[in-house]
Amino acid sequence: MAIELESARYRYAGSGSAALGPIELRVEPGRVLGVAGANESGKSTLCVVAAGVAPAVIGGKLDGSVRIDGVDAATLRPHELAQRCGLLFQHAHTQLSHTTATVFEEVAFGPCNLGLPVAEVAERVWWALGAVGVEGLAPRDPARLSGGQGQLVALASVLALRPKYLILDEPTSELDPAGTRLIADALVRVAAETGAGILLVEHKLDVLAHIADEVVVLERGSVALVGQAAAVLADPRLAELGVEPPAGVRLERAVRDSGVEWTASMSESIR
Amino acid sequence: MTPPSLAPTAAGFGLPDYVTRRPSGFYRSLNPATKLAVAALEVVAAFTISGWLGPALVLATLAATAAGSRTLRGLMVVGLAALPLVVSIMVVNLFLLPGASDPIAHVGPLAPTWSGLRFGLLTAARLLAFSSAVALAYLTTPVDDLLADMSRRGLGRRGVFVVGAAVQMVPRTIERVGEIMDAQRARGMDTEGRIWRRARGVVPLAAPVVFGALAEVEERTMALESRAFTAPGRQTLLRTPPDRTIDSVLRWLALAGVLAIVALRLTGRIG
Repeated sequence: MAIELESARYRYAGSGSAALGPIELRVEPGRVLGVAGANESGKSTLCVVAAGVAPAVIGGKLDGSVRIDGVDAATLRPHELAQRCGLLFQHAHTQLSHTTATVFEEVAFGPCNLGLPVAEVAERVWWALGAVGVEGLAPRDPARLSGGQGQLVALASVLALRPKYLILDEPTSELDPAGTRLIADALVRVAAETGAGILLVEHKLDVLAHIADEVVVLERGSVALVGQAAAVLADPRLAELGVEPPAGVRLERAVRDSGVEWTASMSESIR
Repeated sequence: MTPPSLAPTAAGFGLPDYVTRRPSGFYRSLNPATKLAVAALEVVAAFTISGWLGPALVLATLAATAAGSRTLRGLMVVGLAALPLVVSIMVVNLFLLPGASDPIAHVGPLAPTWSGLRFGLLTAARLLAFSSAVALAYLTTPVDDLLADMSRRGLGRRGVFVVGAAVQMVPRTIERVGEIMDAQRARGMDTEGRIWRRARGVVPLAAPVVFGALAEVEERTMALESRAFTAPGRQTLLRTPPDRTIDSVLRWLALAGVLAIVALRLTGRIG
């Protein structure tokens, strides 16, 4: 059981060259796979391909295969994909439906699209809002939320479809440190409590250091580094790949470079 | 996926009252389709009954309804928004009404006429009646109720979404224009001052607004698909706008009124 990309290679419609791959990747339930890389390294493309949205919704050409729990994603219709794989983008305002008066109804948009009974819709909405800790926003107008709140509501909206996997494309890119912390904490909670498999693309590697089990670094659409999060995020090749290491790693290097011994207690204190 | 360890929230699993609560007051609690039918009757009356009777009757009715439904202030704002158009209608008709030969006075080469003044005032009154009738229906109807009613009457989810998104798009576009104006000003563009300067500023403003909106389309499409927008079957409706006997009666009366006015006009009994 996992999202499995095998020799996956994707080219956007109208483009002469592949934006991604060939790539081998596996997202397992209960695990958080972090993805990093410089701009144009194929991170966003990886998200839409792994979610099955490309080419099903936006066209283009996919070679190789993307399987979700053993089922070829190409055989699934968009609403079937949505119930297996939740997809969250960078901008909260593009993800909200803009047709609802309250956050409650915004989160209910997906379950309502499935035609579920009202009682089940309500149950799912309360659950999703609780999972990201924003029950208090339920009566609010979704158009009047802060960036962090909007992104949390967008995450709850995706969760309300109860997907087994979450694919998040830089969900904190427009957020300040407080908003970033809100999202990171919510993801930790969701991963722990639901057992969802999470693929998280992030430029802020501190977030990955905080929640990822494994990290993949992409370069020109291919995997340049892969392994346990701590090892990859401390890899000296990160800078060559256009990725800034997390603050903790940079601090450790600075301390070592100044000739001071780096101790285990220091590592513990910055964790 | 079941949420094994997320307990029901304190809010419970039902629909919250802000979703199920009905608008209070006679006019506000009418079905959205009834309000639209009444608005249609008012528009037809204002434009078809010749002379002052039509617009005067309609404006008086609208003022009374607005006072009763506590939307008089909102209606006045709509009237103020229509002021530039009213002024232009007055100026054009006052000075340039074809065939008018009853000058009020001679101002250099210009001669405002009594006929132009009467025709301008009448046209402006009709315009105000039209905009106020539509605005009153809008101001007294939650967008969600309107969309739910359209969906209940068989308009497909795409149609409902287009209407909803169009209504909600206005404030978002205004917000975006403000953001782009700030960005353009920060780069030295003059967007204030004399009219020709403002007009010149529209060109660099329009392109980012239009292209920005187009660029969002793909992400919006993917986000909608990720929320099962194209799932087969009927959507669940959380809101059920009332459709009482009085609504039915009023709609039939409105239709009969429209037909009667048109018939009387065609037979020359009014106007």
